[in-house]
Amino acid sequence: MAIDVFSALKPQDLLFLGEAALRTLEISVTAIAIGSFFGVIFGWGMAAGNRLITFIINAILDIFRSVPLIIQLILFDSFISILGYPAPAFVSGTIVLSVYTSALVANVARGGIEAVPVGLRKASRSLGLTYWQDMFYVVWPVGLRAVFPSWVGVALSVVKDSALVSVIGYVELLKASQILITRTQDTFLILTIAGLFYFALSYPISKISEKIEKRWHE
Amino acid sequence: MDYVFLWRPVMEALPQLLLAALVTIEVAVISMAIGMVFAFILFFGRSSKSWVLRLASNVWIEVARNTPALFQLFFFKFGLGAIGIIIDSYITVVMALAFNTAGYMAETFRGGFKAVPSSQLNSARSLGMTFPQAQCYVVIPQVLRAVWHPMTNQFIWVMLLTSLGMLVGLRELSGETQFLNSRTFRTFEFFAVTALIYYCIAKLMLLLFRMLGWRLFRGG
Repeated sequence: MAIDVFSALKPQDLLFLGEAALRTLEISVTAIAIGSFFGVIFGWGMAAGNRLITFIINAILDIFRSVPLIIQLILFDSFISILGYPAPAFVSGTIVLSVYTSALVANVARGGIEAVPVGLRKASRSLGLTYWQDMFYVVWPVGLRAVFPSWVGVALSVVKDSALVSVIGYVELLKASQILITRTQDTFLILTIAGLFYFALSYPISKISEKIEKRWHE
Repeated sequence: MDYVFLWRPVMEALPQLLLAALVTIEVAVISMAIGMVFAFILFFGRSSKSWVLRLASNVWIEVARNTPALFQLFFFKFGLGAIGIIIDSYITVVMALAFNTAGYMAETFRGGFKAVPSSQLNSARSLGMTFPQAQCYVVIPQVLRAVWHPMTNQFIWVMLLTSLGMLVGLRELSGETQFLNSRTFRTFEFFAVTALIYYCIAKLMLLLFRMLGWRLFRGG
């Protein structure tokens, strides 16, 4: 019997971790895409609507920012089971993460729209642009520049928060590393690999976004 | 839908939940306080003359900001456990959250310190104050005013993050809910009430910070 005294970690375990890392990417990219789409719509609603609409949208989205994501996940998962439509962990995880993302993006989008000078918008309208032309050709490019770094920050925080989806049974990177640790007892090595993955993803993107922000503000 | 909502088990457990909510607030306050102290140390460490201190501060800040809080918690729990240091889950959670907060707040302080003109420090020094005195009595109060809003957000963020305690066996609000739930299996009812309690705590904290900020920085 060959006993590996150094590590119980096998090549297929690394494959297991790699697949889990892909699942982390899959669920976070999906949630960021869906959440950003709806977030921009909510943000537009808050910036363009009257006070009542703004207040209602803000109050509802605020709930998702004031309750821990873990609780939202467990609550939603048990709720759809009660309704009789239990969904796979990926689906319910994506829904909860997307709603959470849209709550964060809505504020960013609202800030972006309000960052566009009123004079600029009046000028574009008086040149004959329709409301939607003004939105797409003037507000979008100018506003996007103002808040792009904040949006990157939100997106990166969603990648990190996706680790919590493990509570409803989705085996993403951190859960996979926990499973491996239980079996191999190779705590440091496995945790370091998992941590490095997040770091290698998040660190360069945040630094590049900082650079872009500086260049735009010059 | 043939599910019958049963709220009685939750209502009977409400006192326990509220007591656990106090633990949540306690953990949040302690983690935030420790995190703030380390954030100042990291901020000064970053601009230190010694490269070891600079490197250590930068590594701390970047790891805290670029990895999930849950990962940091696992590292303190299982990582330290693996080298034979087994600590109470309460202390583990406080350590992990303080580590996380320190990294984020150090970055926030950078903006705050930039907002205070350097002439402030120089004037204070020329009035005969020592460097620590000038920082404590002149610069840091102004920094706090500049970062009060992001600091409030960070505190609420920390309060919400204490829910991770559930995953390492801490009986704060989420952990207690999970425990009670495991005896009755009224998952939805229990977590709905817990969500409501979290919401109330978040709003209460926001209000307290607003009032405190108004009291501390009025006229500014």
